This record gives sequence, C-alpha cells and structure tokens, in this order.
Amino acid sequence: MKIGTPKEVAEGEARVAMTPDSALQLQKLGHDCVIETGAGALAGFSDADYKAAGVEIAKTAAALWKAADVVAKVRPPVDTELKRLRDGQTLISFFNPGGNEKHMASAAKKGATVVAMEMVPRISRAQKMDALSSMANIAGYRAVIEAGNNFGRFFTGQVTAAGKVPPAKVLIVGAGVAGLAAIGTSTSLGAITYAFDVRPEVAEQIESMGAEFVFLEFDEATSDGAETGGYAAPSSPEFREAQLAKFREMAPDIDIVITTALIPNRDAPVLWTKDMVEAMKPGSVIIDLAAEKGGNCELTVMDEKIVTDNGVTIVGYTDFPSRMATQSSTLYATNIRHMMTDLTPEKDGVIVHDMEDDVICGATVTHAGDVTFPPPPPKVQAIAAQPKKEPPRELTAEEKRAQEVAAFNKQTMTQVGLLAAGGFLVLLVGLVAPASFMQHFIVFVLSVFIGFQVIWNVAHSLHTPLMAVTNAISSIIILGALIQIGSSSFLITLLGAVGIFMASINIFGGFLVTRRMLAMFQKS
Amino acid sequence: MDFGFTIAAYAVAAVLFILSLGGLSGQESAKRAVWYGIAGMAIAVLATLIGPGAGLWLLSLILIGAGAAVGYQLATKVQMTQMPELVAIMHSLVGLAAVFVGFNADIMINTMSTLFAENDLVLGAVKEGGYTAIGLPAAIYGELSSFGQLIAKKTGVEINILRVELMLGIWIGAVTFTGSVIAYGKLAGRVDSAAKQLPGGHLLNAAAAGLSLLFAIMYLSGSGSWTLVLLTLLALFIGYHLIMGIGGADMPVVVSMLNSYSGWAAAAIGFSLGNDLLIVVGALVGSSGAILSYIMCRAMNRSFVSVILGGFGGASGEQMAVEGEQVAIEADGVAAALNEASSIIIIPGYGMAVAQAQQAVSELTTKLRAKGKSVRFAIHPVAGRLPGHMNVLLAEARVPYDIVLEMDEINEDFPDTDVVIVIGSNDIVNPAAQDDPNSPIAGMPVLECWKAKQVFVSKRGQGTGYSGIENPLFYKENTRMFYGDAKDSVSSLLPKID
Repeated sequence: MKIGTPKEVAEGEARVAMTPDSALQLQKLGHDCVIETGAGALAGFSDADYKAAGVEIAKTAAALWKAADVVAKVRPPVDTELKRLRDGQTLISFFNPGGNEKHMASAAKKGATVVAMEMVPRISRAQKMDALSSMANIAGYRAVIEAGNNFGRFFTGQVTAAGKVPPAKVLIVGAGVAGLAAIGTSTSLGAITYAFDVRPEVAEQIESMGAEFVFLEFDEATSDGAETGGYAAPSSPEFREAQLAKFREMAPDIDIVITTALIPNRDAPVLWTKDMVEAMKPGSVIIDLAAEKGGNCELTVMDEKIVTDNGVTIVGYTDFPSRMATQSSTLYATNIRHMMTDLTPEKDGVIVHDMEDDVICGATVTHAGDVTFPPPPPKVQAIAAQPKKEPPRELTAEEKRAQEVAAFNKQTMTQVGLLAAGGFLVLLVGLVAPASFMQHFIVFVLSVFIGFQVIWNVAHSLHTPLMAVTNAISSIIILGALIQIGSSSFLITLLGAVGIFMASINIFGGFLVTRRMLAMFQKS
Repeated sequence: MDFGFTIAAYAVAAVLFILSLGGLSGQESAKRAVWYGIAGMAIAVLATLIGPGAGLWLLSLILIGAGAAVGYQLATKVQMTQMPELVAIMHSLVGLAAVFVGFNADIMINTMSTLFAENDLVLGAVKEGGYTAIGLPAAIYGELSSFGQLIAKKTGVEINILRVELMLGIWIGAVTFTGSVIAYGKLAGRVDSAAKQLPGGHLLNAAAAGLSLLFAIMYLSGSGSWTLVLLTLLALFIGYHLIMGIGGADMPVVVSMLNSYSGWAAAAIGFSLGNDLLIVVGALVGSSGAILSYIMCRAMNRSFVSVILGGFGGASGEQMAVEGEQVAIEADGVAAALNEASSIIIIPGYGMAVAQAQQAVSELTTKLRAKGKSVRFAIHPVAGRLPGHMNVLLAEARVPYDIVLEMDEINEDFPDTDVVIVIGSNDIVNPAAQDDPNSPIAGMPVLECWKAKQVFVSKRGQGTGYSGIENPLFYKENTRMFYGDAKDSVSSLLPKID
C-alpha cells in the first residue's frame, strides 16, 4: 500500500503527518510512502530529508491524492480534499466527527474509509495512538513557553548582585494532560506553581508534579469529583462561587494564569472573570488553552493576543501544537505509524481493516460506504450472564432414565419416611389431646406444610424482603391483644393495650420497609 | 355471640397471607405480594375489631394509629444498611407482645376461677355424661368478654392444654424478645459482636432450661402465677445469653431463627386463644424462618446446632500454614487492569455495607458497563449480616438485579473472568474452605474467585474476617491487596476508568 501525506492546507498549520523517521518505520511494515512537496517544510523536514528516507515526492496535492492508497494528515479535510477522496481509499486524520456530519456522509458516499484520530479509544492498548493526549501534552508545554515569552520577568527567583528577583507565581486551572504538562514545565522553570482542579482526586497528581494544589474549603466538592467519574462536570452554583472567590483572592498575587478547563461537549466554563483580570498586576500573562471553546477567561479573543488596559496580556491562540511543529509532527507521525502498525497486522504492506478490533473499530468513522460513527461499544463478551456450560459428558438415555428413577425413588422414600414420622407424631398428640385441641392442631399442621411449600420458592435475593414481610405479618398477634383488651380486669387491658401498640408499630413498619426495598429492585 | 363473619374474614386473610409469601418468588410479583399481605392484615384487624375485639374498640384504634405513626417513622428513616438492625428490633416487639398476650390469658384463667368459685362452681369441671359444667348464671356469662366465655366453656383438660400453650407462647416470646434485642445491639455495634458467654457457658443455658421445665411443671400442677413469672425471667435470660454467645458472622442465621421463633410464639398464642388465623400465620412465619435458617446454615456448611452453640468449633489438627505475602496495589494499577479487562465480577461483603460503598460500586459498574465490559456481581448466600443483605444494598444503589447473581449461578464462570474485585468480604472467598480439611470453615461453599485471572481485594487492613482465620486468597500470586476504606478505594477508581 502507498501511504501519502499532503501539505496541510489550513492556514498557519505547520504540522505534517509524516516525518522521515516515521516513513522509515512505515516502510518496514511493507508500505511505500509518498509526500507532497514542501509538506514538511514548516515542521523542519525538507524534501531532501524525505527523499533520503526513501519517500517519493509528489509534485501537487492532486497527484498525491491520486497516488496514495492511504492518506495521513493532521487537520480535518476541507471540501477540495474530500472531493479527491475516492472509493477504497483510507484517510487518517483528525476529523471532528461529532460536528462534521456533512463531510462524514460525503466520505461514506464515496466509499472511503476514514479513521478519526480523536476517536481512538482511551484504553491502555491504544495509548500509543492517542493523538489527543500527545497534542495536549505539547499544548501544555507550549502554553508555559508562550507565557514566558510574553512575561517580562524570570520564572525563577534569583538574588543577584544587581538585585533580588522574585519568582513568578503561576496558576494552572484544570489538571488534565495539558494542565499536568504545564505544571511540569512551569515548575522546572522554577516558578512557584499552583494548580486547581474540580476533581479533588487529582491533588495527588498535581502534587507529584511539584505544584501546590489549591484547596477549596467546600464539602460538596469532594463528592462532586468522585460522582462524575473524574471528568470535570458542570459544578453547582455554590461550588462555582466558592471557586471564583478563591481565584479572586489569588488574582492580585498571580503573575501567570494558564487555563485548561474544558467540559466535554460544552462551552468552556468562565473561570477568570473581567474583575480578576483587572485585579492582576500589569505585565501579567493569561494563556487560555480553552479559547477554541469560548475561553476560560472572560476577555479571551480566539486566535489573538490582546493586552488589556491595565497591561495584562491575554493569549487566545488555538494552535499551540502547530507552534512547535517539529515536535508535534514527530509525535503525531508516531501516533499515525502505530495506527498503521495495527492496521497491518502481518507487516506485509496489506491493510486489514479489522472492524472486530476495538481500537480500529472505535476510531473508524466511515467504512465500506457506511457511516460507522458513533462506534458501537467495544466488543466484549455478552453482558448477559453466559449460558451454563454443557455438562462434560452427555449421559445416555438409559443412564439418565436410571438416574431419574433412582432420584425419584430416593425422594419417594424420604417423603414417605417423613410422612410416616409426622403422621405418627400427630397420632401421638391425638391420643392425649381432646378433639377441640385437635381441630386447631390440624390447622397448624397444614399451615406449617403450606409454609414449607411456599417458602422454598422464594428467590434468594428476596430473602431480606421476606424477613421484613414475615416480620410484619407475625404481628398478627395483635388479634390476641385486640380480643383481650375489652376485659374487665385493668391489668389485662393495660397489657393488651401495650401489645396492640407494639404490634401495630411492627405491622406498619414491616410493610413499609418491605415496599421500600421492593421498589428498589429494578431491571437494567 | 357468634362470630361466623369473623371466621370467614380470617379465612380470606389467611389465603391473602399465603399468597403474599408465595408472591415473593419473583421481584415483580413481590410488589403485588406486599399488597396481599397488607390487605390480609387490614381484613384480619377490621374483622376482629367488629367481632370479638369490639370491647374498647376506640382505644384499640387510637393505639393502632399511634403504632402506625411510630412504625412509619422507623420505616422511612432507616438506612438500607441498617436493615438488619431494624428487622431484629422488630422481632423483639412481636416477642414482647406474645409475652403480654400470654400473661393476659393466664390472668383471665385466674379471674375465671375466682368467678366460678364465687358462684360455688369449679372451672372446667365435667358433669356426668361428659358435658361441661358451664354452670354460670346466664347474666354473668353474658357479661363476660368473648375470651372469658371461651374459657368458661372449657373442660379441665382443655384448660390444662391452654396453660401449656400460653406457657410455650410466653417462653418463646421472651426468648425472642431478649434475643432480638441483643441481636440488634450486635448488629448496630452497641454490643460487642464477638461471641461472649458468662462463666459456665452452655451449662448455664441448660440449667436455665431445666429450671424452666421445673417451673412449667409446677405451674401446671397449680402452684400459681408466680411460677409463670419466674419462667419468663429464665426465658429472658436464655434469650440474652444464647445470642450473646453467637458471633457477628452468624447473625444471618440468628436473625432468621428469631424470625422463626416469633412465628412459633404467635402460633402458640393462637392455640391458647383458639384463634385459627393466629395459628396459620404463626406457622407460616415459623416455617419460613426455619427454612431461611436452614438455607443460611447450609450455605456456611454448619449445622444449626453448632451455630446456636456459638463460635466456631475447634479445628481438628494444625491448619495449613499460609505461604507467600500479601502484595499491595494502588488505585492506578487496579484501574489499569479494569480498563484492560472485558469481564469483571464484583464480590461484595459486609465491608461494603460498613463503608457505605454501594453507591460508589454502582457508579463503577455503570462506567464499566458503559464501556461495554461485562460486569456482574456474585453474592454469597451469607454475605452481609442478613439474608439477601447485599441484594438490598445493591438494589438501593440502583444496580440492576439481572447482573446480580447467586453463588451457584456464577461460580463456574470465574476461570473465564479477567478481573474479580472483592469488596469487604473475607470468609466467603476463602480457598481454605476447599483446600484445607483442618480449616474451621472446611467444606463451606465459597466463591472460587481465585480461579480468575486477577483478583483485587479491597480491604481496610491486614486483619482477618469474622471467623478470625487467615485467608490464603490474599497471598495468592494473582491476588493484589487494595488497602483502604472500601468507599474511598472504589471512588478513587472512578476517575481512572477511561
């Protein structure tokens, strides 16, 4: 197969999806590589480098698209690129499938296979292809560098002959991959770094990177973070208030703010308000990594760097990875290369698009003319209970029959034995007891019998409700107390009254509790 | 006065009660079954209030109302984890009520004898030809309460039988009362849950039982009601001492046993009052509790007697030494394994209930299932402190019941399972039950989780379980110990599942 990488057409995009190194690796898989001329120039890879690595150079984009069986690129394809896509061709790139239905449909109609890099499932096995994480890592690093670029002082504190320099104070909001990368960079540059995240569990990670976790005195926060499964969730208004108050308190002291707070499928939450910006010292810098989704800072302008009236620089770039094109191209190309490794299981240059594979299936958005987005849940064994295994050996009909007969006979023997013993006991009682007693006794024996018959059928999981229900109905003893309370003797009335009271507690309590429990049992 | 109507209503109520218990065979029919029970109870109480219990009906109604208020409070406030305590304390109420009703019957007999004596007659005397000498002038007879009339009609033998019955009712009721209070105390943690006995141990119980028998004979031969009082005190002591001597791990059996006792007490009282509905219901409850106890005992491979006698019997011979060491693991490791796994089984135990971790477990389940993994729960019959305890807790946390399986349903699936998480269980996953014939729990059916590829045990520390024996599972090569409070541990996994 021929793997081709065109020059990115998006303005300002410097990354390239194939590097000379990755091309060498791809060739080891049995593939041929082709690249559009000048595709790697902005990332620091010249055509000569590629040629040296055995990569064929295509003169134009059209030629490349025509030559390649697999097109690997970075940015989601634009209309012209989609038009070049043909039946049987595979496109590997970011695709934004969630908000790109039109393109997805047209790619599917052409019969092309599209693998969206942002859809790679985030499981351990697929980490090597997780381009989102590798790009976030770069963004976090670059954010600190960008901040340093716009910040007029050292990060680290110094005492020099020319005077004392205080260290910079950096606040990082949101400790995801980007946030943690930023923490690492900032601390290693020597700044005093604080970090905040709504998920209190990440405090440990934050501290492990050398930053100080901004602790919020707020009870709800603890439960919030755990319950939403670790993703940043929209916080309650009270929590938000507490958070903003904390930031407001810190704002005058902080030199550099890097915000990375994103909530999946939502606009970025506003965490750094106008008044906080105004409270900051002149010369401070805000880097808003969430600018693409509206920004965490109220004043952020997407893709622009602005300076406020009080001299605070707010950077709203969205192309941080592209600003470090060499590094990000290397990482991205490696991600792509790993994806190709998975797609070429035999290393013989033949692509096997195995839709049974969780990772491949998860990342594929169109295949064989169909839109396969959203992917089905990863294939695993059926969720339902597995059917019981067959008995190791099928018994022959006679053996089975013999066993059944034996079991039946045994059962009969037991039953007859029990019946005989029981009957004998009842007879014994009948010999001494008067008939009036025996009438009640028959009722008793029958009831015990019914009880045994009925209770064996009760489902195991319902044993607690069974206890509660039998508990409730055993307070039928209330009848005895009711009959007696009308007596002429005060003592009897008193005891009867207490009896009624206690038994009725039991009746109501028992039945209510049972109902409560049963209401909770529900099918999935 | 004749109460044909009441008897008919009792018949209806009895059928309703049987349907109510029978309906518990399935989750869906159970919801209907409760209404049968409620209807049966309502019919029975109303019929009694209209018929034989018409005296002071207003007071009765007020008391029922008051009881309802208290019961409502109890039932709506209680946490699902406190269910065992609630059931236990409720049993004590039935026991105490049985004691009161029994005493009332005795007082009534005494009143009646006095009444007969005042009219120069003997209670229960038989005329020539075998007819009961009712003898009381019609005016006096008419004045009597329905229960008084019932006694007045009895022969001497019948009155003696009546005494035996009420004595049984009182004795069982009293044992149930103190037993349930102690069981409540142990479950609620107000009484030390370890098995404790006064010096003398079971001899003391035996002596008390012997004395009870002596007083019973004295009472029957007409020594007066004081013997009955002493008998009750002895029964109270037995109930206390018996349950004190049983360890916390055996509480499921104890609670169902007490449930059974309260039923038998009701049945005995039913005999003495000549009330068939009491007998029917008492017998139903009694046999239900007995079967539950039997099921629990079988699940622990222990005889009922050995549970009642308390503590685990001494092992015959050295127990196998446990080799290896317990290897601890952090949340990241567990989460990584979970992310990789495709089939997961969770084994909850009492530790989950104590840590109130069921919500966190439920969320973990939801997350894992959302990722298409097969997540199931394996419930050992004696997990927790009450039969079905785990099912109720998991249901409360909205774990769907069709992924909650019994030991027999799931035990053979362990070899095909990637990850097993044991949350706060110990003895029920102890391989020594199968491997070590000298182990105190040898032969007890256990969940064979060690056959899975990997086992994580969430546990507070290195201590042993209720039975106080080492668990070789913790030392196995494929086992990792995930120390910490179950709730915190499971919660810490949540953000790491992706």
